[in-house]
This record gives sequence, structure tokens and C-alpha cells, in this order.
Amino acid sequence: MFESLTQGLTSAFDRIRGTTKFTEQNMRDGLKEVRRALLSADVNLEVADRFIKRVEESALGRDVLKSLRPSEQIVQVVYEELVGLMGPVQPAIPLRRSGPTVLMMCGLQGSGKTTTCGKLAKLLLSQGQHPLLVAADLQRPAAIEQLKTVGAQVGVPVYAEANLNPVQVCAAGIKEAEKTGKNIVILDTAGRLHVDDALMKELESIDKRCNPHQCYLVADALTGQDAVNSAKAFNDALSLDGVILTKLDGDARGGAALSIKDVTGVPIKFVGMGEKLDALEPFRPEGMASRILGMGDVLGLVHKAQQAMDEDEARKAQEKMEKGKFDLSDFYTQLQRVKSMGSFKGMLELMPGMSQMLGDDDDPEGEMGRIEAIISSMTEKERAKPEVIDHSRRRRIAKGSGTEPHEVNKLIKMFEQMRSVMQGMAKMSMMDRVKMMMGMQKTGALQGLAPLKQKERSKRGANISDDDRRKARKAEKQRKKSNRKRHRK
Amino acid sequence: MAMGSFFKRLAQGLQKTAASIGGGFRRLLGRRVDQDLLDELETTLITADCGLDATDRIVARVKDAFAQREVTGDLLDFVKKEMRGMLEQGGTALASVDSPPTVIMVCGVNGSGKTTSIAKLATFLSKQGKKVLLGAGDTFRAAAVDQLSTWAERTGSDIVKASPGSDPASVAFDACSAGKSRGADIVIVDTAGRLHTQAPLMKELEKIHRVIGKAIPGAPHEVLLVLDATNGQNAILQAKQFTKSVGCTGIILSKLDGTAKGGAVISIHEQLGLPVKFIGIGEKADDLEVFDPDAFIDALFSSM
Repeated sequence: MFESLTQGLTSAFDRIRGTTKFTEQNMRDGLKEVRRALLSADVNLEVADRFIKRVEESALGRDVLKSLRPSEQIVQVVYEELVGLMGPVQPAIPLRRSGPTVLMMCGLQGSGKTTTCGKLAKLLLSQGQHPLLVAADLQRPAAIEQLKTVGAQVGVPVYAEANLNPVQVCAAGIKEAEKTGKNIVILDTAGRLHVDDALMKELESIDKRCNPHQCYLVADALTGQDAVNSAKAFNDALSLDGVILTKLDGDARGGAALSIKDVTGVPIKFVGMGEKLDALEPFRPEGMASRILGMGDVLGLVHKAQQAMDEDEARKAQEKMEKGKFDLSDFYTQLQRVKSMGSFKGMLELMPGMSQMLGDDDDPEGEMGRIEAIISSMTEKERAKPEVIDHSRRRRIAKGSGTEPHEVNKLIKMFEQMRSVMQGMAKMSMMDRVKMMMGMQKTGALQGLAPLKQKERSKRGANISDDDRRKARKAEKQRKKSNRKRHRK
Repeated sequence: MAMGSFFKRLAQGLQKTAASIGGGFRRLLGRRVDQDLLDELETTLITADCGLDATDRIVARVKDAFAQREVTGDLLDFVKKEMRGMLEQGGTALASVDSPPTVIMVCGVNGSGKTTSIAKLATFLSKQGKKVLLGAGDTFRAAAVDQLSTWAERTGSDIVKASPGSDPASVAFDACSAGKSRGADIVIVDTAGRLHTQAPLMKELEKIHRVIGKAIPGAPHEVLLVLDATNGQNAILQAKQFTKSVGCTGIILSKLDGTAKGGAVISIHEQLGLPVKFIGIGEKADDLEVFDPDAFIDALFSSM
């Protein structure tokens, strides 16, 4: 969505190439672009304007470097300022030496408090702590049952008492922890609007009565301009110690992170990255800064890739690549792994500069599906030694996969090209590999995915030109010839 | 429903909203249109989550109109009229079919307020004398079925549920068949919250949609997307993706009783033609109101 920041900045700033210093005048248009980027990412307007001032002050009078484009220089300043503002990171939860540490969770309705309580309990449990969950949400129907289910899923006991008021439940929960030797109490309070005076008072009474050692705001990353209002109100009422940002596994740009940090000054500790109860990660300002600027989150992608790829499997694949023994079965396995990382398009969007490689109509998933189908229709032998695939095998494979024989051919050719390239790629990092492959595909070095689709299109209406047909026949002949040669060897 | 009470409650719910947006506009009155004023208009609209694109268009329109001398009288009235034009829509009535039940499918991202909105919708429809049956299709989130059951009891609606973790599409199918055999007027199918970026979960939603159509041809007759008014520009992406998958027919804009503005619906309406049908303005079962663009915009500026 927002490669246009980099593009916009390029046009706004690169005019000033050749000047020596950044001045208010020559930065004006460019900073407007930065502001647009921030606002599109849902950074609060006032926060964005304050931020732009900071960037301007920081860049003012700097020398325009010859080695960098002025736009790149500004992006760097913006990025540094963003990281600086959203940091530093403190993912650790300070624990008391004696007696239970009490954590209080609060937030608006639907921000994800109960799920986050479960995630936090699981995390603490894995760190060798002994948490107790307390169900203090007596407002929403079945909230207690939800926490109990979540508690059971992560193996953490839940204290609930339907006949008390929330303040009493929390106090009793802490007593229960003392009695049962739990060292951490997590209070799951009801979701409430920051303008609901009665419910905010209730929160304050819990705060007064139970004296939680840490008070965390659970905030939704999808939030827009309103993030500052609610965060400020919760901070005023409770003096927060940390923020947990949820639903960051979606495609929200997450400007709320900057807004909340800016108005509360409270560190963002964790981010929720999925529905599963282990999807809680320490906050990384670097990734968040790239995300807000729409520049992709390379580290996040690498992390995702590491999760999807089994270490052992990755090493084996690498060894095979180095020896040139990587076959279609291995390729198939890798394809499956890439698929399990989620939408291909989404992944590309995480990479800087990659998203413009895909047009709106491109459907990499569909193309990957065809490739998958073709490989699935091959026998083990054919996968290991694609050169045995002759005319009749090719027809069988095409039939089995619902494709055309020439598509099968294309895939095999592409794979052969890839295999030779892969030997060189084996020692590269995962990222470099993906980048290189994308680059090759774009320049047409890999005649793989895109032509498959074009051919398919041609079937629907426009006939293939005679010229193309002739070329295809010629290529086929040559391939057969080289196949024969190989067999003779 | 008495228009007066609706107006009052909406105004109450939007008071905080109006305080900020109205405050901005009050300062706009009685001044000449210059760059400062246009900037101020921009500020006001962006703060209401209207989004840059919609804001730019409104600002450009105002600028144009002044240049053409189209504006006579109050600038605020002019802006209101423009915004009303952007929300012009074909009514908020729910679809109803000749041979009941009418099936309403409800979807949205996690925590947007689907289950609560369904409870409110059930209350709203029961009050009109309709026999409502709920399908507890959120088999994923812990205790979501219990939550809906509680609401069913409170609102006096029938409910069809399955054990947690079972196939939501089969629950939807059962709910539709039960709706037919028990003579319900309306079947409301709940679905688990899902982020629109989760491809497999969106596929699941498509399946639920498909299966409902198998139980009752032509169903679901309404697909309502629940949008959280506190959401920013991501709401547009949500609406696009959900509409692409299951062809949404309307929006329930929830949580409008806070300080959030829900201005994103303007862009959504412009880009997708997706009308807001209801708004949620509280936690109680009757805190649901039919959306009225005029009242919505008037209430936005009600503190003036």
C-alpha cells in the first residue's frame, strides 16, 4: 500500500540533489509526504505533526550527502526518530522476590485482554514461573468461562468467584495465590470505554485495593485516531507500566503504537501475533517503524521463515543444493513451507521494494498451485530425475494435474535452470535467496511462473501467433535432441 | 421506533466525537476560505478517521465550491451536505424473503463485537415480533458459544449450537434447517472473528457462506460486517476483503459510544457502496440503532 512513501519522497527530495544542506524550504514537500505516510498508518494527527517537527529539526542543517539520495537520507532520519520514540524495549516483567507479583490487564472491549492474559500466563509458565489467572470480568456474558477455557489450554489455574464484585474477586484472587504458592497473579478485568466514568472508577478501586505491581494496557493495533484518547484516559486513571499491542498479525500499519507511546510514554512490551496462545512476542521498534512507514519488515519475515522451516530440514536442503542434488521432491517440500508461511503476496509486502513487483492481477498463489499440481502428478522417479520425462509421461502428468503438456515442460526447464543457479545460492541467507529469485524472475532469467500464466490466458481468446507456435516447436525439438544426447551418455 | 429517542441517544453516544469535530468546525464559521482554513478542515476530518483520500476530496470540493461561489450561507451546512452526499445510500432495511426464514450471516475481525451485535440484533428483531433463531457458529473462541447462549436466553431467542471445535459450516447448516423446521422468521448465524488477512480462515468463511446457500437456496440474504468504530484506515481493508470473500451487504458499526468517530465508513461507502445499517452505542441488548446518515452527521456536529 505504501511503497508510495519512498516514491513520493524520491520525487520530493531528489530535486534538491546538488544542494549542500537541508533547509526548511527544500524539505517542505518531502516532509508532507512523510506526514501522509504517518496519517495513512493511523498515527494520530497531533502526534504526527509533532513527529514531523522533530524530524525537521533533526535534519535541518545536515549536509546533503553525495553518497545517498536526499530521500534516502530523510527516510533514515525518519526511521531513526521512529525507532528512538517507540523504544527502548523492556520485554521483561519485573518480579518481586517475595510474595506474588500482581499484573493487572485493562483495555477497551474487544482489544484482546482475555486472550492476552492466556498468552502472558503461558509465557511466564515457560519461564518457570507459577502464574494464577483471576477472572475479574463479570460484565460480559461467559467471560469467566472463556478465561477458564484459556487457562485450561495453557495449564494455568484460574480463580473465579461469580458472587463477588470485581474488586473483591481481585483481592480474593491475590489471597488465593498466596495460599497456593503462586508467584504471579494476572487480573483479567472487563473491557470498558475510557469515557464510562463508573467503570473507570471501578478500575481505580481495584488499583487502590490490590496495588498491582504492573498495570498493562491491552491495545488493538487496528485502532485509528482514537488510540490517543483511550490510552491517555487509562494512563491517567491507573498510571500504566506497559502496553501490549494486539492483532499485529493483520495488515494494519499500526500507527497506534507510535500514538500510544507518544501520549503515555509507557513502553510497549509485547505484541500479539496470532490467535494461538503462544503468539506473543517482544516488541521490536525497528520492525514497527518499517511497518508504519510501509517499508516492509524484513526481520519479521526472517522470523516467520525461521518458524516455518525446520532447522534440520533446511540444512539438508542446503546440502543438497550445494551438491546439485536438489530434486523436484525437495522443491515441492520447500514450496509447502513457503505456503505455510501465509499469503505469498503478504510476504512480498513485508519485503522492502518487493511489493511493486506484483500487479493487482498477479496471482502468485494460483501459479504456485499449478506448479504444486504438476509435481504431485509425477512419480517419485520423475521427481528425482526429471530428464526421464518423455512425451507420453509429460502428457500423463499434464492430464493428472489439469495442465497442458507445455506447462509441464516449462516447469521442468525452469527447475533445471534453477538447479544450476541454486548451487551458487546455497550459501546465501534465506532473504538473499528469495530476493535473488524474485530479481531473476523479474528480469526474465527464470522463465517460470509468469509465462505459465500467459499461456493459459492465450487459450481463452486470442490465438497463439504462428510465430510463437513455430518457436515453441523449435524449442521442443531442441529439448528432445538434448534429451537424447543425455540418454546416450 | 421514535425518531426523537434515536436522535437523542445517537447524540449522546457521539457527544465526545462532536466535541472534537464540532469544536474544529465552530472555528471555521464566518471566515474566508484560505489555506489555513482548509488545513483546519483537513485536520478535523482526519481526526474523525475519515482517511486522507476522502478528506482530500472533501477539502478540494470545498475549495472548488468557494471558487465557483456555490457556497451560500454557512460553510458548515455546506460541508454537512457534501458529507451526506458521500453517505447517500439505499436504505437500511434488512432483506426479507417471501418464504422465511431470512438468513443473516454476521462476520468481522476479532473483537469487533460480533456476538454482542447479534444479541442486539436479535433483541431489535424480536421487538418487531419476529421469531429469531441464533446459530452459534463461533466454535473457535473459548466460551463464545456460552456467550451467545446467555444472550439467547436473555433475548428469548432460539439457539442452535454444537460442541466447541466443531465445523462452523455444519452449525450454520443445522441452524438454517432448524430455522426452517421450527418456523423461525429470521436465522442469524454467528461466525468466529478472523483477521481478513488470514487466507485459510477467509476460505472457511466462504465455505460457511456456501453451505448456508445449500441449506436454503438464495441464503444468506444479508451478510453483515461488524466494524469497530475505533478502527482506523484498516477498516477499509477489512471491508474490501470480507466483501470479496462473502459479499457483504451492510455494516454494523459498533462501539460508537466512545470517543471514536468511525469516519472510515465514509470511504468504505464510497469505494464499495457498502451501507451502514446499524450502529452499536452501548453494552446493553437494546443499544442498537438503525443507521441514519442525516442523524449521524447532524450528531457529529451537534455541539455547534
